[in-house]
Amino acid sequence: MAKPWDAIVVGGGHNGLVCAAYLAKAGRRVLVLERRHVLGGAAVSEEVFPGFTFSVCSYVVSLLRPWIIRELELSRFGLELIPLEASFLPLPDGRSLCRWADPGLTRDEIAAFSKKDADVYSEFGRAMSKMGQFAKPVIDAPAPDPTSLRPGELLKLLRLGRHFQDATPDEIELRLKLFTMSAVDFLDEWFESDVLKAPMSVSGIIGTFLGIRSPGTAYVLLHHYMGEIDGAFRSWGFARGGTGAVSNAIAESARHFGATIRTEAPIERILVENGQARGVLLENGEEIRAKTVVSGCDPRRTFLGFVGADHLPDDFVEGCKRYKYRGSSGKVNLALDALPQFSSRPGDGLHLRGDIAIAPSTDYLERAYDDAKYGDFSRRPYINVVIPSTVDPTVAPPGKHVMSCFVQYAPYDIKEGPSHWPERREAFGDAVVDTLAEYVPNIRELILHRQVLTPWDLEQEFGLSEGNIFHGELSLEQLAFHRPVAGWTRYRTPVQRLWLAGSGAHPGGGVMGTPGALCARTMLDGGAV
Amino acid sequence: MPRPTAFHDRTFERCKSLLYKEWAGCYAVCRYDTYHEREYYALRHAATVMDATPLYKYELRGADAARLLSRITVRDFSKFAVGRVAYTTWCDEAGKVLDDGTVTRLDDRHFRLTSAEPSFAWLHRHATGLDITIEDTSRELAALALQGPRSRDVLTNLIGAAATDLRFFRALPTRLGNREILVTRTGYTGDLGYELWVENGGAGELWDAVFEAGRDHGVLPMGLDALDVSRVEAGFVLQGVDYTSARQAWIERQFSTPYELGFDWMVKLEREPFVGQDALRAEHARGPSRRLVGLEVDWEDFEALYDEFGLPPHLETMTCRLGVPLYADGGQIGQATSRTWSPTLKRYLAIGTVRADYARAGTAIEIEVTVEYERRRARATVSKLPFFDPERKKS
Repeated sequence: MAKPWDAIVVGGGHNGLVCAAYLAKAGRRVLVLERRHVLGGAAVSEEVFPGFTFSVCSYVVSLLRPWIIRELELSRFGLELIPLEASFLPLPDGRSLCRWADPGLTRDEIAAFSKKDADVYSEFGRAMSKMGQFAKPVIDAPAPDPTSLRPGELLKLLRLGRHFQDATPDEIELRLKLFTMSAVDFLDEWFESDVLKAPMSVSGIIGTFLGIRSPGTAYVLLHHYMGEIDGAFRSWGFARGGTGAVSNAIAESARHFGATIRTEAPIERILVENGQARGVLLENGEEIRAKTVVSGCDPRRTFLGFVGADHLPDDFVEGCKRYKYRGSSGKVNLALDALPQFSSRPGDGLHLRGDIAIAPSTDYLERAYDDAKYGDFSRRPYINVVIPSTVDPTVAPPGKHVMSCFVQYAPYDIKEGPSHWPERREAFGDAVVDTLAEYVPNIRELILHRQVLTPWDLEQEFGLSEGNIFHGELSLEQLAFHRPVAGWTRYRTPVQRLWLAGSGAHPGGGVMGTPGALCARTMLDGGAV
Repeated sequence: MPRPTAFHDRTFERCKSLLYKEWAGCYAVCRYDTYHEREYYALRHAATVMDATPLYKYELRGADAARLLSRITVRDFSKFAVGRVAYTTWCDEAGKVLDDGTVTRLDDRHFRLTSAEPSFAWLHRHATGLDITIEDTSRELAALALQGPRSRDVLTNLIGAAATDLRFFRALPTRLGNREILVTRTGYTGDLGYELWVENGGAGELWDAVFEAGRDHGVLPMGLDALDVSRVEAGFVLQGVDYTSARQAWIERQFSTPYELGFDWMVKLEREPFVGQDALRAEHARGPSRRLVGLEVDWEDFEALYDEFGLPPHLETMTCRLGVPLYADGGQIGQATSRTWSPTLKRYLAIGTVRADYARAGTAIEIEVTVEYERRRARATVSKLPFFDPERKKS
C-alpha cells in the first residue's frame, strides 16, 4: 500500500490551498483534492465566454492577509492586486455620488448633498479605522475561548480586555454600539444624507439574510474597514486575471513547497474509524489514506455530508444543523461590447474603475429585503457592480469589457422551493438587467453574453450550502467563539485527526486565507501532523 | 526656470495635479493625479507613457565612434552590431563612476549616448585625434517611454508587426507617417517596454498616435513618482541618489566604483586602454570594500515598532530618497538610499550600500526607522537585485 499522506485537504478553495501550502512549507506530505476541474472554489476565474474571463463568484480582494501573501510568497507565484479607484453611486434622478481615494474630491462630492456629512465622513473613516486596528488581532489569531480557564486562553482574553481598557469612553461606547445596533441606526448617528447611508449600510448585510435595519448588522460594517492590501486599511482591489489568480498563486506556492494537487477528484466521504479520520473515499471508489484530513468545505458538507451524523456527538450535530446558511445573494456576469454609459455620469471616466452600487436609498434596500422575506428575489435588488477590465486588460478582448454584478437579495429558500430556482433563473437575470437599465439606458444593447448564478447554482456548482458565500452567515452570533459550533472553534472537530480550514471556521468568510493559515498553524503547533 | 519639453502641451493638458519638477533643466511631471498609484498599476498591468525627453543625448558620428565609446566607458564597443543597445557606465581616471546611460548603434558610423548629466565637454576631452563629430541633441530630440505588459500590443498598433520581432535591448528605426522615429526596447521600469525617439517637431504627433494606438489597452500617462517606485523594484540605481557622480563627490567615501555599484558584468578589463582601466584593474584584484545591495525590511518587525506606539504602520507611498543608516553587529555598516513599498511584491524594499562583508544575500542587518520622532531599528535582510523581474521583460 502507498505510504499514507500526512494530510489530505478536501476542497481546493483558497482556504484549503492556503492550509496545504503552510503544511507543505513545514515539510509535510500533502494532497489536495478538488471536485471541479479548476482550483479556487468560490475564488475562481473562468473564461465563461471566449475571450471573457470572469471572477465567477468572489470578485474583489481586500481581506487577504498581507502576512499570508509574504509567507507563501504569493507575489512570486503570480499574485498581483490592483486597487479599486472609487465607490460610485448613480441615482435614478440623474444625480450621483462618487467617493474617491482623494479626500478633497470626496469631500466636494459629498458636500453637494450635505455640507455636514462632507466633514463627518473623514471623522467616521478615522473612527472606523481605529476600530479596525482593534479588531485586527482578533481576526489574525485563533478565537479565544471564553469558557476556558487555561492560562493561554486567559492571557488572550486579558490582552483583548486590555485593548478595551485602554480605550477612551467614547471608543468603548462606539464599540458597544457597533456590536448591538443595526447598520442604518449606527450610520444615522453620524450622517444625515441617505446617499451615504444607503451604500455604506450594505456592507452590513452582504451574504446575510438580514436587512440593513436588522440589529447586529453594524458590526459587519467594520469588516470593510479591515481590508488592507497595502498595509493601509480600507483598500479593496482586483486580482490581475480575476480572483482565481489568488487561488492559482496559492496553488503554485503549495506545489513549490511540495504539495500534490488533484482536480476532478470528488470525494464520496471522509473515512472515519474508531472516531478518527483515516483518509477519504473518492467517488470513483479510490481510497486514499492519510494521517490527518483537513476539510476546506463548509461545516454542513463536511460533517453532515462527508463524515455523517453517526460519527458525531448529538449536540454537535444539533449545532451543525442550527448553524445558519440562508444564502441571500446571486451573481450576474455580463460580457459587454463597450463600457456602460451611466446617465447620471456619462463617459468612460474613473468612476467606472471602482465599485458601483445600485443602492439609491435606505428605503430601496429595505424594500429589496421585503421581497426576500416572503420568499422572492428582489424586484429591484441591491447590486454591486465592478468592471475589472477597466484596469486589467487581460480579462476581456481589447475594447470589450466584463461586468460583474453581485446581487442581493436572492433567497435560497425561494417560495417554490430551492430546487425551483432553475425555472426562475432567467427572470432573476432579467430583474438585474432591468434594474441596471434604469441607470444605464443602453445596457441591453451592450450585453454580448450573460451568466446568471442563483443561490441554487452556487450550491450545486460550487458546493456552497444554501448558496451562502461565507460558509455560513457572518452574523454576530456565528462569529469568533461561536464559529461554527460553540466549543469547536479551533479548527478541531469532534472527529480526531479531522480539521476544518474553510470559511466556516474563525474568522470567517471573504478571501482572507486566515482560516486555512490558522488551521495549519494550530495543527503544526499541536504536533497533529 | 525649467524649460518645457516638446511634449509639454500634451502633458500639461492631462496633468490635473499641476505637479511638475525640474529634471535636467526641463519640466517633468511628478504625477498626473493626486496620487501616483493609478499610474503605477497601469504600468504593471496595462501600459504607460512617460516623457523621457530631459535625458541628455549625444550623437557620435564618424569612423571612430566605437573607438571613442570603448575608450571612455567600461564596455567594449569594438564589435557592437548595428541595431544593438547597451547599458553602460563610465569612470574618471581613478576608476570612480561619473554617470551611467545607454549606447545605441544606429548605423555603421552613428552611435547615440544618453546620460543623466551633461557630458558634452567630457566626450570632447577624449575625442582628440579621432574621426568623430559629437552633436548634443538633448534639446532637439524628444523621447517617450512606453512601458508595461501591454506596450507590445500598443506598439504593434502603432508601427505594425515589426514590433513583435524587436528583442530586448535592440533598436528599430521606423517611420510614423512621414516622420522618422527610433524604437528601442529599453526602459527604466523593469517591465516589458520601449522608448521612442523623435525630433521635437514630431513629438505631439507621436504622443497622440501612441494614445490612439493604446486606447483599448488602458494606456495612461505616467510621471516620475510611479517611475521611482518601479525602478526600485527593478533594482536600478539612480545617479545622485544611490551613488554620487565623481563630478560631485567631495570626499573619498562619496566616490563609487563600478564594482561597488554592481556593474561588474559590464566592465571588460582586458582590452585596449580605457579611462580608469588601471584603477579598475586594481579594484578588481582587491575586491570592492562596499557593495550596492537590495534590502528587504522585515514587515512584522517594522509593524511591531509602530505597535509599541499604538499606531498602524506608516509608510510613504512614494519612493523615499532620504538616506538612513544600516547597522549590524553593533555598528553602522552602510546606508539605505532609496526605500519604497512595493505594491506588487507587498514588501518594503530598499536599495543601499553596505560593507562588502555584509553584502551576501540573506545577511541579516538592521535599518533605522523613526517612529514619532524616536529612532528605532527594524530587522532587514540583504537581497539580490532586481526584486521584480517578470519574464515578459525579455520575452
